[in-house]
Amino acid sequence: MQRVRIHYRKGEELQYIGNLDLHRIWERTFRRAQIKLAYSQGFHPQPRMHQACPLPLGFTSQVELLDFWCDSEESLAELQEKLVKTVQPGIEIVELTNVPLKSPPLQTIVESVAYNVFLDQSHDLDDISGKIEELNKADHCMRERRGKPYDLRSLLLKLSLDPSAQPAMITMQLSALPGATGRPEEVLDELGISPFSVDVVRTDMVLITLP
Amino acid sequence: MNHLEINKKLKYILPTVVKPGRYYGGELNHVLKDWDNIPLHTALVFPDIYDIGLPNLGVAILYEIINKRNDALCERAYMPWLDMEAAMREQGVPLYTLESHRSLTDFDLIGFTLPYETLYTNVLNALDLIGLPIHSSERNETHPLIIAGGHTAFNPEPMSEFIDAFVLGEGEEVVNEILDHVKNAKSAQLSRQQLLRELQAIPGVYVPSLYRVDYHSDGRVHSIDPLEEGLPKSITKRIVPVLPDPPTHFIVPNIDVVHNRIAVEIMRGCTRGCRFCHAGMVNRPVRERSVKQIVDSIEEALVNTGYEEIALLSLSSSDYTHIDELVTDISDRFAGRNLSVSLPSLRIESFSVNIMEKLRGARHGGFTLAPEAATDRMRALINKPIQAEQLLETARQIYSRGWTTIKLYFMIGQPTETIEDVQAIADLCKEVLKEGRKVIGKKANLHTGVSTFVPKPHTPFQWATLEPIESVLEKQNLLKDQLRAPGMKMTWSNPRETILESVLSRGDRRIGAVIEDAWRHGAKFDAWNDQFNFNVWMDAMDAAGLTTDFYSSRTRELDEVMPWDHLSTGVSRGYLEREYRNALAGRFTPDCRTQCLSCGIVPAFEGQQPQTSDVHWFCPDPEVL
Repeated sequence: MQRVRIHYRKGEELQYIGNLDLHRIWERTFRRAQIKLAYSQGFHPQPRMHQACPLPLGFTSQVELLDFWCDSEESLAELQEKLVKTVQPGIEIVELTNVPLKSPPLQTIVESVAYNVFLDQSHDLDDISGKIEELNKADHCMRERRGKPYDLRSLLLKLSLDPSAQPAMITMQLSALPGATGRPEEVLDELGISPFSVDVVRTDMVLITLP
Repeated sequence: MNHLEINKKLKYILPTVVKPGRYYGGELNHVLKDWDNIPLHTALVFPDIYDIGLPNLGVAILYEIINKRNDALCERAYMPWLDMEAAMREQGVPLYTLESHRSLTDFDLIGFTLPYETLYTNVLNALDLIGLPIHSSERNETHPLIIAGGHTAFNPEPMSEFIDAFVLGEGEEVVNEILDHVKNAKSAQLSRQQLLRELQAIPGVYVPSLYRVDYHSDGRVHSIDPLEEGLPKSITKRIVPVLPDPPTHFIVPNIDVVHNRIAVEIMRGCTRGCRFCHAGMVNRPVRERSVKQIVDSIEEALVNTGYEEIALLSLSSSDYTHIDELVTDISDRFAGRNLSVSLPSLRIESFSVNIMEKLRGARHGGFTLAPEAATDRMRALINKPIQAEQLLETARQIYSRGWTTIKLYFMIGQPTETIEDVQAIADLCKEVLKEGRKVIGKKANLHTGVSTFVPKPHTPFQWATLEPIESVLEKQNLLKDQLRAPGMKMTWSNPRETILESVLSRGDRRIGAVIEDAWRHGAKFDAWNDQFNFNVWMDAMDAAGLTTDFYSSRTRELDEVMPWDHLSTGVSRGYLEREYRNALAGRFTPDCRTQCLSCGIVPAFEGQQPQTSDVHWFCPDPEVL
């Protein structure tokens, strides 16, 4: 039995596909690649796969992670070759690595996630720059999501604007720990930017350093 | 609007609608060809939402055939759900294809598949969303050619104002002939009229604008005639004499749809001769695929799709000659892969339980049987001989071999059916569940599906009347009342939808105005319970000066000219009449693979029947008798 972590990119073709559907897409990819996943125990055995934190709809990503368990002794290179041949359009496999079998579930070890937000010319960069400065200076930024108040500022690790980039770009890094997950749409909303008017790309995922 | 502009608009629209994955395409196995280097651009539309339309096998077959050609490309479109339609109309986005995101106006040919009548208003809505005039007469060579096929094309008259040409029967061969003509017409710059005349010369194609219908003063059809010399008086459907290899490059959606599976037709056609059954009459003759052809195609499709479910399709699986070999082969070859295999339409006998047991993997749902009727008299009327004892014995086997749920399908409202015949359905259901209780106690479940008979064109019951709504309700109430017990569940059809289906399926050309009026007043997605608006339809009937009674419950004489009499399935009207008389006389007729009943199929397709022994039509030589 081995546990393998896939680092892949999620492209435009799959930007409107949610996590549950993505799970099914991967299941079928493994079937096509004829990689036999290990199954969970119980009444309804399910193939053993974990995804890291879900990507909001409409975004693309440079860094998505997925762990799977399989009985096969094939090398990572062999597995990767099989997967690349039959992967769903919109998925680009970057790298496969082995992970200790007993290491904690992927979704519990993501510490923070970074995003780039590309702004077209319709945006007022001075205004945005001012709001970013304000937000960075603030100690708290109380917001409400689904009826629950929370402090967005405490989840925001980094936020900056590069007005000279083509196109202009906001970079942000948000906490992604269980129970303390910052959402990029919320930050955009705080900055007065409609998420529909920008391209958002997830650029990095920082994992907790395990002992 | 070009595809780049459409993409720009989609960026704003898609995050605001439910299930945006329906509207973006990019699925595995879709085919996106280089637009500028392909001369012929075609699109297939299934006029319901993606979730329903994507699994359609007819679309899958034609998509593969057309995209195999070097000179043509084929893309797909489905109907937007209400939220998406509103957003598209607000933003001026036309109906576009999922492959290239181009407006359907950019295509040379658009093919609609129309498997059932309640899609008709969606076709009008689609034409309107594309930005085309809905009437065929208002379109010309600058517009895409609009073609439709599918089971409703055997009586296409209600849609004849809107569709340029219909295809009767199986599309595998005729599609290429049509494409050749459309391609030539494009390069020769033929007028729309010239192209339509050319298409009418293709066997199996029907151009309604080249035919006229005259009516009696009471509204019955008097005659249907070609408008010009040289046009055929009658058009016969197309068949493929030998079934080609099934499709294996199924598109794998990114979202969940109604059927996520590999579908393989193991055979086409049926010899049972159930008198109400449209599919059984219009899909003759019977043709089988070989076990090897089926199993190899499954193997290939599994590699291409990664699907976890396989559906073996046919109208009567038990009649497949090598059914035992097929299921043994499938269960051996695909064992241990966590696949589920479904096999519909099994005969009510314990052999069917053996068959299903072989296919049963790790997961299994209910076991479905379709007795249709519960008294010997009704069984003789519909020509479906089943003994009650045999049903109970089969049920016993099913419950004792691990299934906890049996699904039974019945049909009420058949000609001459009485309330006693319906009471017998309730009694039989209780008996079946009692068998389950004996074997597995309270774990036993019974689901009963009760549909209402709708007289269909080209069947022995095409002359029959639709049961009045009052007595349908009375019968449904009896069943609802008596099948309300622990472990029992019952579903039934909305009797108002049944009336609409009945009017549309046996309608004439005058119904076109009703469909248009209903659509203009908001009718769409009529197949959806929560969207169906009966009053809009009744108002539209009134506005056209027509009544539902005329189409559904009026007694038709045996010599009446039917609106579809110029269209032939190969099954003769004489055979249908004989079978209607046999029904009313309570006479069974045998399965025609044992004895030819001269339905007309063999002479209609003379010279096409293969002469080898391994592929044949199951039509015994009448002279042998």
